[in-house]
Amino acid sequence: MVVCCKGSALSRLWKSKDQQVQQLKHYQPQNSKGGGNWRKKFLFLGILLGVLVSIWIFLSMNANIIARRKETLANMCDERARMLQDQFNVSMNHVHALAILVSTFHHGKNPSAIDQKTFAEYTARTAFERPLTNGVAYALKVLHSQREEFERQHGWKIKKMETEDQSPVQDDYTPEKLDPSPDQDEYAPVIFSQETVSHIVSIDMMSGKEDRDNILRARASGKGVLTSPFNLLKSNHLGVVLTFAVYNADLPPNPTPEERIEATVGYLGASFDVPSLVEKLLHQLASKQTIVVNVYDTTNSSAPIKMYGLDVRGAGEIHISNVDFGDPLRKHEMHCRFKHEPPLPWSAITTSLGVAVIVLLVGHIFYAALNRIEKVEDDFREMRELKVRAEAADVAKSQFLATVSHEIRTPMNGVLGMLQMLMDTELDATQQDFAMTAQASGKALIALINEVLDQAKIESGRLELEAVPFDVRDVLDNVLSLFSDKSQGKGIEFTEEGHIFVSVHLVEEVKSSCDFSNQVIRDSEDGIGMSYNTLSGFHIVDRWKSWENFRMFKFSTEASDAINLLVTVEDTGVGIPQDAQSRIFTPFMQADSSTSRTYGGTGIGLSISKCLVDLMGGEIGFVSKPGIGSTFSFTAVFQEGRKNLGDMRRHHPDPPVSDFQGMRGLVVDGRCMRAEITKHHLQRLGIHVDISLNSKSALSGILEACNLSGAGHLDMVLVDKEAWGEGSGLAFPRLLAEFRQNGLMKPQENLPKMFLLATSLSPTEVDDLKSAGYTDTMMKPLRPSMIAACLRKALGVGSKRQREKGQAMALRSLLSGKQILVVDDNAVNRKVAAGALKKYGAEVTCADSGKAAIQMLQPPHKFDACFMDIQMPEMDGFEATRQIRSMETKVNELIKSGEASSEMYGNVAHWHIPILAMTADVIQATYEECIRCGMDDYVSKPFEEEQIYSAVAHFFESGTVDSVS
Amino acid sequence: MLGLGAARLEADMNRLMALLFHQGVLDEQFMQLQQLQDESSPNFVSEVISIYFRESEKLLKNLRSLLADRECTDYRKIGIHLNQLMGSSSSVGAKRVRTVCLAFRAASEHNNWSGCLRSLEVLEHEYCYLKTKLHELFQMEQQRVMAAGARYHPLLS
Repeated sequence: MVVCCKGSALSRLWKSKDQQVQQLKHYQPQNSKGGGNWRKKFLFLGILLGVLVSIWIFLSMNANIIARRKETLANMCDERARMLQDQFNVSMNHVHALAILVSTFHHGKNPSAIDQKTFAEYTARTAFERPLTNGVAYALKVLHSQREEFERQHGWKIKKMETEDQSPVQDDYTPEKLDPSPDQDEYAPVIFSQETVSHIVSIDMMSGKEDRDNILRARASGKGVLTSPFNLLKSNHLGVVLTFAVYNADLPPNPTPEERIEATVGYLGASFDVPSLVEKLLHQLASKQTIVVNVYDTTNSSAPIKMYGLDVRGAGEIHISNVDFGDPLRKHEMHCRFKHEPPLPWSAITTSLGVAVIVLLVGHIFYAALNRIEKVEDDFREMRELKVRAEAADVAKSQFLATVSHEIRTPMNGVLGMLQMLMDTELDATQQDFAMTAQASGKALIALINEVLDQAKIESGRLELEAVPFDVRDVLDNVLSLFSDKSQGKGIEFTEEGHIFVSVHLVEEVKSSCDFSNQVIRDSEDGIGMSYNTLSGFHIVDRWKSWENFRMFKFSTEASDAINLLVTVEDTGVGIPQDAQSRIFTPFMQADSSTSRTYGGTGIGLSISKCLVDLMGGEIGFVSKPGIGSTFSFTAVFQEGRKNLGDMRRHHPDPPVSDFQGMRGLVVDGRCMRAEITKHHLQRLGIHVDISLNSKSALSGILEACNLSGAGHLDMVLVDKEAWGEGSGLAFPRLLAEFRQNGLMKPQENLPKMFLLATSLSPTEVDDLKSAGYTDTMMKPLRPSMIAACLRKALGVGSKRQREKGQAMALRSLLSGKQILVVDDNAVNRKVAAGALKKYGAEVTCADSGKAAIQMLQPPHKFDACFMDIQMPEMDGFEATRQIRSMETKVNELIKSGEASSEMYGNVAHWHIPILAMTADVIQATYEECIRCGMDDYVSKPFEEEQIYSAVAHFFESGTVDSVS
Repeated sequence: MLGLGAARLEADMNRLMALLFHQGVLDEQFMQLQQLQDESSPNFVSEVISIYFRESEKLLKNLRSLLADRECTDYRKIGIHLNQLMGSSSSVGAKRVRTVCLAFRAASEHNNWSGCLRSLEVLEHEYCYLKTKLHELFQMEQQRVMAAGARYHPLLS
């Protein structure tokens, strides 16, 4: 039960802990101080609860122990009382039996079968039956009238007890010394007695007070009766006397007390030595040491008489058991108590202490955890603050960098400019050298600052990508021209020095051929053994490897209108050392960061590239082998450009293809790949190109073309300077000249123009060119625009500049004298637009809001066109246009229905002023919106000549045509 | 002597322009603006630019006051102001001001108050830079015209 109770208590404890834990969890998200305090309060509440539970455990266990002790005491006491009672009853029954024996053999027989000797012997021999009696005696009922005869018959006087009261009896007590009994109504002299009490023979029992009461009660009730305890004669022990009346045989059944008294013939008494009785009994029982037993006669409840018991003060509770000795008038009680104080309830103490300790420990653990949580939260807050500060510092750093870079660049430009000017003056060689060095250093510094600035921009997230339409070829051409200086310096354009090759593919295209090509390339590498099938004849790294980790290739992308381009740049060269490859994209980390490194730069170019590629939603990867070369690949996601209005015209300055359409050209180059590239460039201009790989076929081709006329006519011959080795290109026209001298060719006018393709030319070579027969030189890398310019110059096709001039003239003629209304809320824009239009001779009126414009465009008006800004406060361009259009419709209807004559409206039959939107954001949606609300066209801000021309021309020309027709 | 000064001034101007172009402060639009200036409107560029400065100063003041209070900032209004500023800046070819405006507008679209404030500071910085440089340019221009005038005047008389 204790365990169970403990268990339940523990379970309750754990439940409370669980609750605490839940509460902890509940409060965790709140990281305020209040949350922590709540948690602590709950923890202390929980600990208090735990301590209370442990106290409750102690109390309940203690009560339990006490109850058990009491129960044990009661059990033991009752057991003793019952045994005492049993033993006493056994003795009493035997005394009763003795009474019946006396009645039968003494009074039933005549003469008597029993005398003193027989009785003494019998009783002595049956003493074991009555272990608790120390003696039995039989007294005869003698009336006073019979006394003399009785005394005579027995030969002794009836003696009285010495005293009436219970005075202590002397040891040398002898009946002979007692006085004879005084006269009374009747006597009860003892005639038989057990050996042990033989001294009471002849003593009148009636003379003792206790004995007399006993005798009287015994004969009236017919049962054994007990005296109250008194000191027994001679033995001086406390004892009780049991008295049975002996009746003569003719006692009627269910007799009245009078009849009983009448039938009484004698009395049998037995003295019980109570202390020895109890002592003997207790000896028989185990654990007699533990309890103290007292037996009391409580007939007189106010003054109980102690019959047995030591004066040892027991401890603790008393248990009282009733003892029934068979006499209804007498009451006896047995009082039991434990001899010793109850031991301390160790089990309860340990259990409750244990629980308390557990509670406190758990509490401590939770307290520590709470403290820790608080600390962590504090730390977290602190760290967040630090983070904010760090971020602020980072932003500040970037801003500082940006500002400082600008500030450094400003004076640096001055320095560079001054150096340039200095170099243009007369300097001697040393000074020139110093100046050049200074300028180179300055340029390097500017480049460094630019790179740092870019990195800072990207890091501070201030770099924003702008979506603009572009032409891949254009961009590549520009990039090539940017690096042409460098590549020329190194002489690497598919020459013996090596090459750099840029290829652009659609990702989907590459992906579909990926597996197959991979297979082929692997096969060729394994099987044929390094046949350098590259452009320059150099071995390069397997570029498939550079993008094999790209996500785009591993996972199929869902179809969208996005265009994924894969750009691969491969080169031949030293490559990147294996150990440096892992940190190549880390800013400011160079492959060789030692002080004695060979290659300069800040080492952030690639990291910027990576950032940019990331921004464009692509991936960058590379593969490199030291000594062979590197290949970098990246992908980028683009949108398909919308071909609307002037955008493509603006951003796609395609060389006027028509100029060269249908021309034929011949490329003479010993290197197949290089020739292919030249051919490709020329084809972009619409020129039909053939290739001759050696001089013989070239010459025959030229001759053939010269002889033919019309379709087969050859317009140009492009000869590479290093067609078959150093300087061979320069020598080629000489071969041609020899042919001509030999008369194999017709006169010179049919000869195609000769061009030399060269990466670099020395001044002497330039001089040689004309004499060799070349019309002009084209410097590599080839760019379509450059080729076109060169060809135009040589072939006399109309130049672009002239065209532009013509356009401006056309615009002037279109706009001259026209009344144009410019509507813009922005004063600057208004002014600029007005200025631009005025330049072409237009008469410009300005309006600064949509409302003003509506007012001014109320028919009749003098304006020929209106340029309307879209974004204006109050009324935007769309709304204004809508209102103008509705106004015009109204007027037109009026005129049409004849309600108003056209004279009223300036003699114009149909009012429709061309309205052109001006907007900064050139997106399709805006254009559609423009058209929807009645605008005719739109021009993007800021103005561009071409665009205005095309827009204006569109309706002015058609307008004039209309008016003419 | 004076003629030499004019030539030097012109060279200085060109260099300053080149610097501004290199820094990305100005773009082609400014060139276009200059092309619009001819005999019929000799002060076209400076007129436009002074209008631009007047307008921009107003807008910047408005932006500053709009961002004064963190709680009740009207980001829509800021957007409108920025659009105006961007429009005029792109018209005169103030490339860097325009770029900063873009960032500013992005910040205002995200209701990012601190970002706006930062952008405003950058914007003011850029604007001041542009203003000083352009003033410098016009000053040179004026000096050049004066020098040219001084040179040609005796010839004419």
